Amino acid sequence: MGGYEYDFSVISQNMDIFIEGALKTLEISAIALLLAIPLGIIIGMGRISRNRFIRILSSAYVEVMRGVPLLVLLIWIFFVLGQFLKLGSYWASIIGLAVFTAAFIAEIVRSGIQGVPRGQMEAARSSGMTYWQAMRLIVLPQAFRRVLPPLASQFIMLIKDSSLISVIGATELTLNAKNLVATSMRSIEVWTFIGFVYFAMTFTLSMIIRAIEQKLLARENS
Amino acid sequence: MISIKHVNKTFGMNQVLTDVTLEVPKSNVVAIIGPSGAGKSTLIRTINALEPIDNGEIVVDGISIHDKKVNINKARSEIGFVFQSFNLYPFLTALQNVTLAPINVKGLSKSAAEERGKELLTSLGLGDKFDAYPNRLSGGQQQRVAIARALAMDPQVMLFDEPTSALDPEMVTEVLDAIRKLAESGMTMVVVTHEMGFAKEICDEIIFMADGKVVEQATPAKFFTNPDSERAQNFLSKVLHH
Repeated sequence: MGGYEYDFSVISQNMDIFIEGALKTLEISAIALLLAIPLGIIIGMGRISRNRFIRILSSAYVEVMRGVPLLVLLIWIFFVLGQFLKLGSYWASIIGLAVFTAAFIAEIVRSGIQGVPRGQMEAARSSGMTYWQAMRLIVLPQAFRRVLPPLASQFIMLIKDSSLISVIGATELTLNAKNLVATSMRSIEVWTFIGFVYFAMTFTLSMIIRAIEQKLLARENS
Repeated sequence: MISIKHVNKTFGMNQVLTDVTLEVPKSNVVAIIGPSGAGKSTLIRTINALEPIDNGEIVVDGISIHDKKVNINKARSEIGFVFQSFNLYPFLTALQNVTLAPINVKGLSKSAAEERGKELLTSLGLGDKFDAYPNRLSGGQQQRVAIARALAMDPQVMLFDEPTSALDPEMVTEVLDAIRKLAESGMTMVVVTHEMGFAKEICDEIIFMADGKVVEQATPAKFFTNPDSERAQNFLSKVLHH
């Protein structure tokens, strides 16, 4: 009995499938992120609203989304909500990833806002700005700088979490890989390569965010 | 210009302001002094409604500040406030700190706001610091930027909450000089301060507070030589003889 014989030719022969899958993964993650960011900011601000009702609603959202596995959420959105709203697997995936990620972004945003010293809001309000002007012009820009590192982690999580949408049949990197494994029987080779592809995407994102961070820091210390 | 009538305020069980009443006529400079915990900072923060009050009334330039129907943002734009800890916006340059509210609150054009901002910064000795970020400025420079920021709104009154308490000793003078110049220009001002010499020299009136009450209200000449209350006598003997 010989050991398993590796044959990575399956990778080079199917490069088009990987590329197509990776682009889909990036596309779905990016759209989900674009929806998750504003939603997360709104809910994060809701968590510290002066209105008790808004506070409770936002907290409930965060707790439920954090507490339910993404897999369950995706299945529920696709099979239950999707039936009413006529969502295909593509949009069900995007919505699922967006509402899930928004809960985590909300917590990051909340801690970021609360980390800005009180005196900043007071100074802004003292000069006659409304609460929202002070938030937009003074507090959020500073909160943004504080939350870049945890946000980066969250974005990376989103790209990796998107592999789960293969369970509801959305075409992306992981689903393409699964299909390829089924036809080629080369599971170790394919999954190893898939690991590299995910890493390449997330590491690139890390580097981009780090560059933004350093640019912001450099400007303030000039 | 500023009229405070029977103001009371509690933090939980703690009565921090008790029946405070005082008048600041136009162009007058009033110092609020007293031991820590007397309610001085709380009082000055109620004048622009950074702190709410339980009852009483505060009127600034004819506007009842704590009236729910009053547009507080409009009212605050007429009241300059300078904080003990400067509270400059760290991600904006000195000039941007000064022009932000004029542009966004008063609707000034960027160029008009910048022109006025540069003029103010220059008059405060910061002509070479327009593009400096706050963390590159000394405490005294930061506080002068904060004064310029408040003045950029062309306020009717200026409020100073211990403006020199967070400064290194060698920087106190430059900030006091700036405030003195402002007093001489006829600005109506309320200054919470521990700088007795300064209070004595530039103020028209001294308000002495203790335990949330106005204990004594007198001219500097009278207050520093012959205060009526025992509290004030005690306080002065502690702060003047060391």
